[in-house]
Amino acid sequence: MSAVTISNENLETIMKSKQTTARKTAANESVLIPAPDPVVVWEAAPALPVEPAKPAKPSGSSKFGLQLRLFFQWLLPPMFGMLLLLAIWTLISYQAQGLPGPVATFKSAVVVFSDPFYNKGPNDQGIGWNILASLKRVGLGFGMAAMVGIPLGFIIGRFQFMSRMVAPVISLLRPVSPLAWLPIGLLVFKAASPAAIWVIFISAIWPMIINTAVGVSKVPQDYMNVARVLNLSEWKIFTRILFPSVLPYMMTGVRLSIGVAWLVIVAAEMLTGGVGLGFWVWDEWNNLNVEHIIIAIFVVGIVGLLLEQFLLLLAKRFNYE
Amino acid sequence: MEKPIEKYVQLENVNMRFATKNGSFEALRNIDLSVRQGEFVSIIGHSGCGKSTVLNLIAGLLQPTDGYLFCAGREIGGPGPDRAVVFQNHSLLPWLTCFENVYLAVERVFEKKETRQQMQARVTAALELVRLAHATDKRPNEISGGMKQRVGIARALAMEPKVLLLDEPFGALDALTRANLQDELMSIMAKSGCTTVMVTHDVDEAVLLSDRIVMMTNGPAAGVGEILTVDITRPRKRLELAEDAHYNHLRGEVLRFLYERHAKAA
Repeated sequence: MSAVTISNENLETIMKSKQTTARKTAANESVLIPAPDPVVVWEAAPALPVEPAKPAKPSGSSKFGLQLRLFFQWLLPPMFGMLLLLAIWTLISYQAQGLPGPVATFKSAVVVFSDPFYNKGPNDQGIGWNILASLKRVGLGFGMAAMVGIPLGFIIGRFQFMSRMVAPVISLLRPVSPLAWLPIGLLVFKAASPAAIWVIFISAIWPMIINTAVGVSKVPQDYMNVARVLNLSEWKIFTRILFPSVLPYMMTGVRLSIGVAWLVIVAAEMLTGGVGLGFWVWDEWNNLNVEHIIIAIFVVGIVGLLLEQFLLLLAKRFNYE
Repeated sequence: MEKPIEKYVQLENVNMRFATKNGSFEALRNIDLSVRQGEFVSIIGHSGCGKSTVLNLIAGLLQPTDGYLFCAGREIGGPGPDRAVVFQNHSLLPWLTCFENVYLAVERVFEKKETRQQMQARVTAALELVRLAHATDKRPNEISGGMKQRVGIARALAMEPKVLLLDEPFGALDALTRANLQDELMSIMAKSGCTTVMVTHDVDEAVLLSDRIVMMTNGPAAGVGEILTVDITRPRKRLELAEDAHYNHLRGEVLRFLYERHAKAA
């Protein structure tokens, strides 16, 4: 508990100092101002870890020391990283004209997120609708890619002939930039949204095919020997040995695919329009509302991070080693 | 009790060649061997002499280049549940619990004859036999190496095989665990009376457990060098035998074969 409270307190102080720094910078336009607040945190650092070094009673104090050490090892460095990002951003925002700093962006974000689900016609909807629209496209494109890619991966991994047959096609098509597929999609589907989904599909399918196939070829021979000695049926081999054994590889493929899909969706939506984060970025560029573009960048990053973490958690569930 | 069949497992003029990058490699030449029903036979030899190949041939995981293999009067055409294998590295499926690992084997053998309850009872009995009733619902990565090997033995025995094949079953275990498992295996085998072929490179293990020890010459083109009959009455006690003159004589015979007549440069 105490570590949590400490971190909260420190976060608050850091937030405060950051804000004051920002204000100071606003006043002085001095380049060196952002430095002091990390230094303040630094000074505290060497003084505190002395405590757990003492082999004191294994009671409250050493427990507190452990939590303190965890805080310095795991919470402080990421906080420094984020502070550094904010500092650099602030610096650049004073150099580049028209680029809003963290404070202006934060204020704008409060407004954007206060009403995430408004709807004023097809070209002006809340951030919530934009996120959902992008997620829906990614979900559809990715889902179809999984339905095709994973079984294909199993077939390629199990049968050498198929593997050799498909290998040149995959090698040829995989390096193609996802957006190069967009015109084909527009031509075939005669509509923007299916074309965007098509682009997601074609860019998300490769990691799933390849990782599933590799997983199948890496099933330990021991397990296959068990299957042979027990004379298991093909169905039992698939459900009890092949599938569980390939699952970790498959999950890696899924994770990479979702990552690619989320990368591509913004670019695809910029070109196709409608609702969605990519379209929103482009629309706000046309409005010269740069705060919103930066908000969109953060939203894309955070949603991507959440997707990744969710899939990592899911993958952990299926790891038996 | 019926009279045990003399040639229950039989190898006739078995040759084995493997195709490698540098042409064909002759692993086994003219292996002739028969195992009596209920007998415990060990195959011992230096590493690389092809003793595991012999076991894989009996298991049906490999097909001989020449010669014939029979089990219970029928030619061995491929792997089957009548010849259960305990692998050196236990080969339990890590996503199944101990119970499910054994059940997978039981289900395959008894599915058509028995109800689910009967099969579950078989699994429970097999796990009790290897004294693992407490670890039924544990996954393989949650139990020790010795326990994993015991699950492997339970899985093999639960299938009620005609022949039990042990491929260096205790090779990956520490000396103390190995001794405990050897003692347990002896008592289990005394109860089940299953015909057993075991591959090992442990001289004490071979003498302690076997009725006969098949000593193989070094490869390539390895063959059966000598066969030693271990005429020590059962049940055998490890501690008593340690000072037994006959036991030590037999042990010396195996050692002399391995280190004098068929020594191998390391």
